[in-house]
Amino acid sequence: MLVLIGVLLVIVGFAIRLNPLLVVTISGIVTALLGGMTPLQILNAFGSGFSSSRSVTIFVVVLPVIGLIERFGLQEQAKALISKLARLTTGRVLIGYLLIRQATAAVGLTSIGGHAQTVRPLVFPMAEGAALRRYGSVPDKVREKIKGHSAAADNVGVFFGEDVFVAVGSILLITTFVDTTYGLHLEPLQLAIWAIPTAICAFLIHGFRLLRLDRQLDKAVQEARAEESAAAHTAPAGGAA
Amino acid sequence: MINVESIYWLIGLLFVGWAFLIARDATHPRRWGSSSFWGLLGLCFFYGTAVEAKTAPAWVLGIAVLVLVALASTGLLGDGRAKTTTEEQRTAFAGKFGNKLFIPALALPVVTVAVVLLAPVLKIGAKPLIDPTHTTLVALGIGAVVAAVVGVAILRPKNKLAPVLEGRRILETIGWAALLPQMLSTLGILFTKAGVGTAVGTLAKGLLPNGSLIAAVVVYCVGMFIFTVLMGNGFAAFPIMTAAIGWPVLVQGFHGQPAIVFAIGMLAGFCGTLCTPMAANFNLVPSALLEMKNKYGVITAQVATGVPLLFVNIALMYFLAFPHA
Repeated sequence: MLVLIGVLLVIVGFAIRLNPLLVVTISGIVTALLGGMTPLQILNAFGSGFSSSRSVTIFVVVLPVIGLIERFGLQEQAKALISKLARLTTGRVLIGYLLIRQATAAVGLTSIGGHAQTVRPLVFPMAEGAALRRYGSVPDKVREKIKGHSAAADNVGVFFGEDVFVAVGSILLITTFVDTTYGLHLEPLQLAIWAIPTAICAFLIHGFRLLRLDRQLDKAVQEARAEESAAAHTAPAGGAA
Repeated sequence: MINVESIYWLIGLLFVGWAFLIARDATHPRRWGSSSFWGLLGLCFFYGTAVEAKTAPAWVLGIAVLVLVALASTGLLGDGRAKTTTEEQRTAFAGKFGNKLFIPALALPVVTVAVVLLAPVLKIGAKPLIDPTHTTLVALGIGAVVAAVVGVAILRPKNKLAPVLEGRRILETIGWAALLPQMLSTLGILFTKAGVGTAVGTLAKGLLPNGSLIAAVVVYCVGMFIFTVLMGNGFAAFPIMTAAIGWPVLVQGFHGQPAIVFAIGMLAGFCGTLCTPMAANFNLVPSALLEMKNKYGVITAQVATGVPLLFVNIALMYFLAFPHA
């Protein structure tokens, strides 16, 4: 039970907003010491942990091409394109992306999108473009909310799409683990089929939230405008005094 | 054969190149700290190949990783705000190139998917051209290089190295968050080695009242959720919660159908992934990439989907997996 102190350290560290790298490293060292590892074993664990997990840093390879097309106005073009389509709102743009992302992931094409590949260069500018057309200008608070929801649409789509595809890591992990541990013979296809009800519910719940997002943004823009005009009214009075 | 190590070398090369660019940037506010951080990170990608092949000791890499953490957490790493085009210039370029700008952006996924689909038939002699164990990673690497070349051909920047210069700009906005996913993965390994999983499993079992099916389903699903929140992914949570409750109680005790119990149990864990900073590559790297003020902004947008979906999973498992009288 003592090893759970490491978990507690992570929770506290994140809660008081220390640098996450530091939190994770210290928690790792403390947990390893409590678990009886020697300093050399801990250093070995950090080294082999780094080398075996290099695949999660793969997003770096797409930065050059994304940076290049941003330099030449990709985001501006994406915004301009969306602002011509009057019926598209931020919520509808994101529902469209959610659907595409989930459907392509469900047939195994998870690498078609991602935060570096599609969300930053295309999805967020389009979602923002739709808001620009509707409101004229977008207050910072609202832009922040659109950013959060752009990334969220990608995550929800890929998490609850990929499990419908048979050859995905999580399905293979389940079959390998239960087949070797309990002597079962589960087919990946059986597991994939039973991921479908949750996939549908995930689309309905998140889609419904995105439909409501437009109304929330309307409200947030109004509030930000009201604050601005209130500030504009008080400023000259202060100047006169 | 193009194996996954060559893709890691490409990443290493990019990091070293960016470190070089930063070292030459006299206006950079954290010039030497930043240059050392990215340069050392790049070297770690090369050295990692030897560690994986077990031809070099891992502890050397362990020390390097701790140095990286020290550089990043003592404020020696900063964003040099690399020069790029202004908003007006970009709008003008967008007018000039129009929808041609989408060609490189689309070339990336199209080439990636094409390589994934063609990989099984691409062979030189009897040997596969693409490493069959890491097809997606290799395909994404190839797709990224092809898309950058296509981009340079269409947009004709004055400096042909423009992709590398612009890549540095995005990398520096991400900053230390770029290393976080790998560190969390290491933490997961340390947690498992030290027995955190067994401790959580014992706790969950202790919470379980005897004889109630709905209580057992709730403890299994909520346990998957919480454990995933703590570890950052459902992969570590699944074996432990399944050994503690899923198999002995739900399948053997209540005669649940294993495929349904396990598939939905894993998805209950995925709901946790939506709600945790420990899943840095999904939740923290994007907020850095999108230059958000609140680095937990992505999680804030996802919690109201993750939590209701957990309850949906509990209901689905309860009604679908068990023989109800």
